[in-house]
Amino acid sequence: MLTALLLVVVLYNGLGVFWPKALVAVELADGSHLLGVHVDDDVDPATGQRRIKLKTANREDGPAFRWVDAGQIRRTSYPPEAFVVERMTNLDYHGYLRELVTPGLEGLPEQGDLARRLDAALRAADARYAREVQPLKDREDAVARELNEQVKYQKLRAEYRRRQLLRAGETASHELAELEARLAALEAREAELKDRSFDLSRRRAETETEVRRNAAVFVDAAGREKHVALLDIVRAYTPNRMSAFGKVRHYLAKVWELLSDDPREANQDGGLFPAIFGTVLLVFLMAVTCFPLGVLAGIYLGEYARDGLLVRIVRIAVNNLAGIPSIVYGIFGLGFFIYLVGGSLDGWLYPAQVDAGEPVFGRGSILWASLTLGLLTVPVVIVSTEEALRAIPRGISEGSYALGATKLQTLCRVLIPMASPGMMTGFILAMARAAGEVAPLMVTGAVKSAPVPFDGTFPYVHLDRQFMHLGFHILDISCKSPNVEATKPMVYVTTLLLLAIVLGLSSTAIYLRNRMRRRYQVRAM
Amino acid sequence: MDNPGSQTTAPPVRVEAPPAPGAKHGSGSPAVVSIEDPIVETRHLDLWYGPTRALVDVTMDFPRNQVTALIGPSGCGKSTYLRCLNRMNDLIDDVRTAGTILLDGENILDPTVDVIELRRKVGMVFQKPTPFPKSIYENVAYGLRIGGMRNRRALDEVVEQSLRRAALWEEVKDRLQESALGLSGGQHQRLCIARAIAVSPEIILMDEPCSALDPRSTTRIEDLIGELRRDYTIIIVTHNMQQAARVSDYTAFLYEGVLVEFGPTKELFTKPAKKETEDYITGRFG
Repeated sequence: MLTALLLVVVLYNGLGVFWPKALVAVELADGSHLLGVHVDDDVDPATGQRRIKLKTANREDGPAFRWVDAGQIRRTSYPPEAFVVERMTNLDYHGYLRELVTPGLEGLPEQGDLARRLDAALRAADARYAREVQPLKDREDAVARELNEQVKYQKLRAEYRRRQLLRAGETASHELAELEARLAALEAREAELKDRSFDLSRRRAETETEVRRNAAVFVDAAGREKHVALLDIVRAYTPNRMSAFGKVRHYLAKVWELLSDDPREANQDGGLFPAIFGTVLLVFLMAVTCFPLGVLAGIYLGEYARDGLLVRIVRIAVNNLAGIPSIVYGIFGLGFFIYLVGGSLDGWLYPAQVDAGEPVFGRGSILWASLTLGLLTVPVVIVSTEEALRAIPRGISEGSYALGATKLQTLCRVLIPMASPGMMTGFILAMARAAGEVAPLMVTGAVKSAPVPFDGTFPYVHLDRQFMHLGFHILDISCKSPNVEATKPMVYVTTLLLLAIVLGLSSTAIYLRNRMRRRYQVRAM
Repeated sequence: MDNPGSQTTAPPVRVEAPPAPGAKHGSGSPAVVSIEDPIVETRHLDLWYGPTRALVDVTMDFPRNQVTALIGPSGCGKSTYLRCLNRMNDLIDDVRTAGTILLDGENILDPTVDVIELRRKVGMVFQKPTPFPKSIYENVAYGLRIGGMRNRRALDEVVEQSLRRAALWEEVKDRLQESALGLSGGQHQRLCIARAIAVSPEIILMDEPCSALDPRSTTRIEDLIGELRRDYTIIIVTHNMQQAARVSDYTAFLYEGVLVEFGPTKELFTKPAKKETEDYITGRFG
């Protein structure tokens, strides 16, 4: 019941976020003008008067949200030419488009509707950016990658080795000389790359400034002019004269942005792709580790272990593990996986990086977080595997043994297929729990902002990196955001998305289980 | 001694301790006929479930290519005895045995005996039919597959042959790939018999194979047992004395873990040597 209520609230608030809402222009009794979206209204406890809350945006010019007493309002209207501009920085802007300044863009219509001309100009600006700035940026990134990954680590290793040699008291060995030469070469290379990077970034900045000169000039409700560079405009639209079709298109575009883009403005705006990816990858890795482990342990406990004191203790321990608060697992993961396992791996594989204070495995990462979650969920899988095996009639396994099957053959060919729906049930429970856990992730590698742990450099999937997670993202934007009011819609959207992902993963698993169940159904005999 | 439908005659028997008229006392040594060329020889078999002694000094032989019935009241140890013959009791914790069971001259209770090999020689059909949740075909092929047979054509042949022998082929030949769980109870039991036959055992143990079935299915299984005795030695545990009388050539009566009497079925049912046997088969107890 409570769950249903929660779901309704989340659905209601989450689904409506991207629907374009009307912009209302308000003239107040003192003669000032506001342009905003009506977000809330209530009765002012101090005066007993009705008041409304407007999201007036333009936060660099004042508060982005404003309470207005209903009695103060002299006149309201819905100007069709009012614009909402989504910007790369400083979130939304509400205002009226006055003119376009396009010194560097060619082939734009000189006449006609300003809104249409703005669209054309935005496209042209993007095209020019892609043509002139992006190549420079790509080269800059490539240089930075070489600098930060290859040269830096080679240098770290060489320096580490040299320090080792010096500490061992060697002063004039052949290896030392070789290292010195190598370090010198690396430093030269580093300097060269830095020069090139500097040069590239200067050129890019110049070109970008050039492109940024193309701007749209807006006027806000109070009559102040504002130049907004076309490159800064993510999207500009006039909600008051949008058709229903236009609104649907806008809505779908926003949903697509949410699913596929990176966050902007300290997670207050933009997409959630890294968080979605992180969540799904986390659950996937968790499943890959916890399912085999749990099933094997369950099979051992159910079929092989003789009922002794030790097995009883193990069984009790497994059952109790399921009741431990998840943050405890998080701390265990931090201590065991990150410091002990990760630290040992680092000491063994990357001593130079550790020396430089940059551990590779000895810090929070998606790998350790998923292993921690795996540990958290493995009891559920163990218990359900054991139960599923126990539920198989004894006659079935005896029938197999009587045909000369070994224990392993009986398990693999008869018992495990028959128990698989039960195992899947445990797996579904485990997954649903893991997907919604946040506490253990906070200490094992979930961060506010991180790129997708996947890129073009070897080994392509970087499990040693920190990651974003939807659950953590909810916490972050709801409690740690500098601008709680502005992120409220995003909280709903993120919650909705997290629920949808958990639901999606579980229903896939349930579908699989039902298919298995039909196949291996045991008739009541 | 001949049963209707029996193709072979029982080998000649010589009675070791001829039951003297009037010697039907309730105790003393069991009345056991000895068998020439037995397939299984049991000598002084004892079995304990933990502290409970379930079989006491059982000594008897099972005749080759005959149907032998084990009868007796519930808990008398007949199923336990049957399960000794393919070492199914190994699956139960806390079971101890003593004595010997010779199968083709080899003591199968010896711990060094390959149980897998033994169970392929001594097949078993259980009280409750236990088809695997696989297709009909795979159920029958199971024993062969775990034995490592891969040749598709050979498998097909054995499956068909086994199903024919189990008198199930005509009913299932068009749906071999469908789940075995869709068959009826009687068909399940015949499928289990086919499954046991498929690995070509020497002996088939049947543990009350009809007790979960309706009379019609029971008749079919009994007819089947009559057919199968041509090629296999069958040892059947049954509660139903009419059934024992109908299907078996020899009958052993066990009571409280002790073999009381063993002899040709006709004789045992008409002229029991022991008082307990007479009481049991006439329904005075048990």
